[in-house]
Formats: sequence, C-alpha cells, structure tokens
Amino acid sequence: MGRVVLVTGVAGTFASRVSRTLAELGENPVDGTAIDRVVGLDTRPPDGDLGGVKFVRADIRTPVVGKVMAVEDVDTVVHLDVNPPDRSRAGSGAKERNVIGTMQLLAACQRSATVTKLVLGSSTAVYGTSPKDPALFTESSAAQGGVRSGFPKDSVEVENYVRGFSRRRPEVIITILRLAQVLHPDIDTPLRNYFQNPALPTALGFDPRLQFTHLDDALDVFSEAVLRDRPGTFNVAGDGVVTLSQATRRLGKPVIPLPPVGFAAAARRAIRVMGGDLPPDLNRLLTYGRAVDTSALREIFGFELKHTSEEVFEEFRASQRPGILAALGGRR
Amino acid sequence: MNDDRRTIGSGGKAGRGNRSTSPSSAARSLAGGAQRPKKPVTKVKKAATSTTTKPAAKKTTKAPPKPAKKAAPAAKKAPAQERPRLRAVTDEDAAAAAAAAAEEAARKTRTAGSASLPAGIPLDEIVVALVQGVQRVLGSDWESRLATFFAVLRKRLSGDFAVDEFGFDPQIAEILVSAVEPLAEKWFRLEVRGVENIPSEGGALLVANHSGTVPIDGLITGYAVKKYSGRDLRPLGADLVFALPFVGQVARKVGATLACTADAERLLTGGELAGVWPEGFKGIGKPFAERYKLQRFGRGGFVSSAMRAQVPIVPVSIVGAEEIYPLVGNVPSLARLLGLPYLPITPFFPLLGPLGMIPLPSKWIIEFGEPIRTDAYEPEAADDPMLLFNVTDQVRETIQQTLYALLVDRGNAFF
Repeated sequence: MGRVVLVTGVAGTFASRVSRTLAELGENPVDGTAIDRVVGLDTRPPDGDLGGVKFVRADIRTPVVGKVMAVEDVDTVVHLDVNPPDRSRAGSGAKERNVIGTMQLLAACQRSATVTKLVLGSSTAVYGTSPKDPALFTESSAAQGGVRSGFPKDSVEVENYVRGFSRRRPEVIITILRLAQVLHPDIDTPLRNYFQNPALPTALGFDPRLQFTHLDDALDVFSEAVLRDRPGTFNVAGDGVVTLSQATRRLGKPVIPLPPVGFAAAARRAIRVMGGDLPPDLNRLLTYGRAVDTSALREIFGFELKHTSEEVFEEFRASQRPGILAALGGRR
Repeated sequence: MNDDRRTIGSGGKAGRGNRSTSPSSAARSLAGGAQRPKKPVTKVKKAATSTTTKPAAKKTTKAPPKPAKKAAPAAKKAPAQERPRLRAVTDEDAAAAAAAAAEEAARKTRTAGSASLPAGIPLDEIVVALVQGVQRVLGSDWESRLATFFAVLRKRLSGDFAVDEFGFDPQIAEILVSAVEPLAEKWFRLEVRGVENIPSEGGALLVANHSGTVPIDGLITGYAVKKYSGRDLRPLGADLVFALPFVGQVARKVGATLACTADAERLLTGGELAGVWPEGFKGIGKPFAERYKLQRFGRGGFVSSAMRAQVPIVPVSIVGAEEIYPLVGNVPSLARLLGLPYLPITPFFPLLGPLGMIPLPSKWIIEFGEPIRTDAYEPEAADDPMLLFNVTDQVRETIQQTLYALLVDRGNAFF
C-alpha cells in the first residue's frame, strides 16, 4: 500500500516539477515507501508535460478540493499553491489564491479521514526583510519587519493557518519547508525574472545578501518530506550568500542605481520599460537582503544540501547569455 | 651712428622702429646678420656640432643672403670701428645657435627614430618619471605587484570574490585598514597598549566604551586590532547603521553585523573576535561635559552571549574619541524628524559646514585590558540575571578605572 499524494498548484513551474518527481519516485520505491498515485490540482492546465501525474482541474478556493481528496483517497497533501503575484495568472489576486486557498484546503484536510501528512512549501519570505534582521534567521526567529503586505504577509498567514490546523489535528504530520527562491532558468521565480533583465535596477547604497536554492536540492527535500516522516519547520537554502553586487558583476549586466526612497516604484518602472515585471515585495529583498540558517535541515531533518548559493548562481549564470559588461571581467 | 639708424630699418611701417632714435628689432637683427663674419660662425658650428643637424645647417645657409639684399648699403657705409660691437653680437648669436643645435642633437639622440615628434611633449621623460614614481611607491618588485593589483581588480569587476554569510569581504576590510592608517597614526597619533590581551585564536568579545558623536572609535579599534594582532574585528552595530545607505553596505563588508544575541553568539561560537560598544547611542551622543563618564552598559546582553559561547571578555578603554567632535548641543526635534537618535551641534559643525566635519586631532590611547574569563561559569549561568548584572558592572568598572588612568597618562588632549 503506497501513498497517494495530492499536489496543489501544479500549473506552476516548480510545483509541476515536484509532482513529476514524486510520480517518477513511485515507480522506484525508496525504503519500502512507494507512491501509488500523484494527483495534481490547479485551476488551469500546466504548460508542460506532467508525466505520470493525474491532473484534476479544480479550484482549491472551493469545497471541490474536499471531494477530490475523498474520491482519490489522498493521504499526503503537498501544498505548493502559495506563490508571489504573477502577471501571467489573470483573475483574482494572489492573496485570494494563497490565503483563501490554504483555508479551504486545510478545511478539507481536517474533514478527511485519510490525510496523515501535510507538506507546506513555504518561503523564507516569512522572515520579512529589514535592517533589524539578524545575519541569519533560524526557524525560531521572528520577522523584524517587511511582512506587512504582499507575499511575505501571505506566507505568514498561510503558516499561521497551518499551525492552527496542526493544533486541531495533532496526529497529522506537518512539515513546513521554508525555501529560499529557486534559481533555475526554467523555474519562474521573482529573482530569476529579475536577473533576466538586460540591466538591473538596484537600491543605491545597499548591497543585499541573497540566497538561492538549487532545483535538485528543492526536489529532493520535498521527496524526502513525502517519503519519510519529518515533522517540523525547516529552512532550505544553499549555504553561504551571494551579494547583489557580486551577482550583477558575474552576470556582466549593468546596474541602474536608484535612490532607496521610492526604489519600489522606480525599479518597477525601469523593469517595465525593459519588458519585465518586478513583484511588489521584491524591492525590500533587493534593499536589505536575507539569509537563513539551515543547520536544522542538516541536523534534525537529516538532509545535506548539495549546492551552495554561489554554485546555484554560477549554474544559473552559465545558462544565461552574458551581459553587455561581461567582457570587463573576462568571464565567458 | 645716427646715420646708420636712419638708413637701416623698416621704412616707417606702423609698429616698427621710428627710424631716428630706436630701430626695430628686425632692423637690429639685420644689421647684426650683415656684419656676421663667416669664419667665426663656421668655426663654432664645427666645434659645437660634429653631427651636423638640419636646423643648424639651414641657419648657416640661409642667414647670409638676407642681409645681402637690404643691409648691404649700411655695411658699405659702416666705419671700421663698428666691427668690435658687431662681432660681440655675432659671438653671442653663434653661442646661442650652438647651444640650440646641441640641444636639438641631444633630443634627437634621445628620441631615436621619432624625429617627427613635436617639441614640447617630453613623452619619454614622463614615462621615466612615472616608472621611477611607481618604483618609489611600490618598491623594486613593482612589476609583479602591479600585475597582482590588476588581477585583483579584474576579479573584483567580474564578481569573483568571496564573502561570508555575514557579508564580510576581507579585501574591502584590508583596503579600509590601509585607508584608516594615516588617520589613526598621523592625525590621532594612536597609542595602543595591552595588545597581548587580544587572544591570538578562538572567540573573544571585545567590550569598549563608546564616544565621539560619530562612531569613529569603532573604526579605529578595528584598525588597531587588525594591525597589532592581525585578526579581523567583527563589530556589532546598531540597526540604524544597516538602515543607512552606503554606511550599512560598507559596515557589512568590513565585517560588522547587527548587535543582537543571535549574531553575537554565532560569531563567538564560530571563533571570531567580536566587538561591542554596549553604551550605544547614549555613549556617543552624550554632551561634551560628560566626557569619559560611562553610561549604562546596555542590558548586559553581551555578557550572556559571551557566557553562552564560553569566550573571554576583553575590556577595551578608548581615550581620545571624546574630543574629536565635542558635542555641545542637540536638535532633538529635527533628529526625530530625520529618524536619528540625535542631531549634533559641535563648536564647528553647522557653523563651518563640511569643514566642521573634520575630526579634531586629539591624542588617542586604546588599552586592551586583561580578559575576564567566562568559562568558569556554566553556559546555563547566562540565564541568571543577577550574575549577568554583576559581570556587566565588573566590566564597566574596569573600563572606567582604566579610562581615568589613561587620561592622566595622556595629559593634554591635543598636544
């Protein structure tokens, strides 16, 4: 008897990769734990191939999700439908999807007799970002600022609802994975979109420390969380930091230094001119930066990250066309 | 004489000689040229320039025909006694021409091959001066050092350098140390005592008094630690530091991080040398009248951090920072508006504008005191507030007493 996994938000680039990885794992069981079926849920069909994943088109903001869980006998829920606002997804706002969707999903889980495990794909955005931040956040640190709006606020609220659920259903194993943004050319994250611009707006006088997660590490850690029982909250991010100045120089892209006051609006305008978009909460990250401590993942979860943040960035850089200043540093 | 002058000249053209008392310069040179005897000129030419150069040759060939046309009548009339005067002139002339020719020849030999180079830009001399200057600044192995410098610059520009998770960039820290050196040594005449009290390895918490309106004492302490013990001081700064543009960026790069228990313990357990100024803004923003009177030492958080990490506390007493910007006034309302803890008025600051921002050249003494051991206590003792208060007071008292002793030693603040 293997597991039946429900993955939400599979139309997203990262969630679709996670669901496919889980479906492929089902064919070769690890440690006797097999995955029978992976059910993918979203309001729109995914762009790519989902492989062995059974796609169900449903909205998690409606009670339909409970029915899907009952019909499919779902015992593990991987909730990945908490995403920063995205222009390509028209319709209601990100908050509606993130928060109301989570509430409906948790309500369905609470009613379900079969659900024994919930894995939440959260983000390090729950720590916010402010000048009062410690150098590295541990899982127990509280946000010092920068969680009053946008995606960071959504993440905090989603985690609060999940904690409420864990109080009501203590027998359900709950794993909250707080990931630093995955940096990979195929995965749609705000930082990837930012780095793909030909010129990069930065806040004048600030050089934030950034962390990235390697896609393979992220996929592995989700597989581990599904296959093994690892209750708790864990930070996931490549070791070390890459400062924004390092990143821009390595990419060989010119920076557009903008005054820190009004940086959000100015940066957004600059990026729109270049044909991209800047998620509204990214400007704080690009001002103060954020880094997290992953010792809990190593010691309690028992997972060794294979790639440092620098390696993740180098791999990403190699996949990109060099910027116009790349000749300056002689990197190819 | 008068006859001569009337006959030779420019013929009354405007701006030239007046034909009666003073001839034009052209006329005078013509007169000289007419009387120039060929023998001495050629003799000098041959003697001076064995390598017959072109301009010199031109002079000798062109000079004779000119006077032949215009000054011929003058020469005919000229009496015999005129000769010595004219000869004297020609001798001088010849000497000057010889000197010019010699110089020309010398220049030609120097810039062999580049004969078309216009005179006036001594490119070779500039190059020689540059090379000598570089040698003087960088020493004899300047070539390899310059190559290293460019290699480093290239790496920096390509982003190929390492920072730790706090954002500490050792290369930038090194640059800052060399930039601060003249300020510390020449301007503040820094004297450092008790360097042996800085542990050569392992974690330690340096606790210092804070003063001077602008936290330059942190910078100088970091410099002193780096210079005399070779270790990097990792200062713990207020959150305002990291909220300010440029300041926060540089602070992180030179190794500073936020003064909070999490960061302090992380640094200390990692075996780093952390520096803390527990007085904070109360210390640097106190009026000049209260100089060298220690303020409250925070809430003693630094002691609990050191105890948990089981590292010694090194009391650091800094004398001299109080006088760099004597704080005589404050504008609390404007400071609140700008979100600053205080807005200083010094005897020179708003008055002289940017000139008032130059720190006064006080004499500095930094003394690293004997380390206070915390490993005698259990790490759990960090949860005993009474013990923390006692240790905090002990550190504070040590620094205060050392300050008094150093002040007596120093004598006058400026001389």
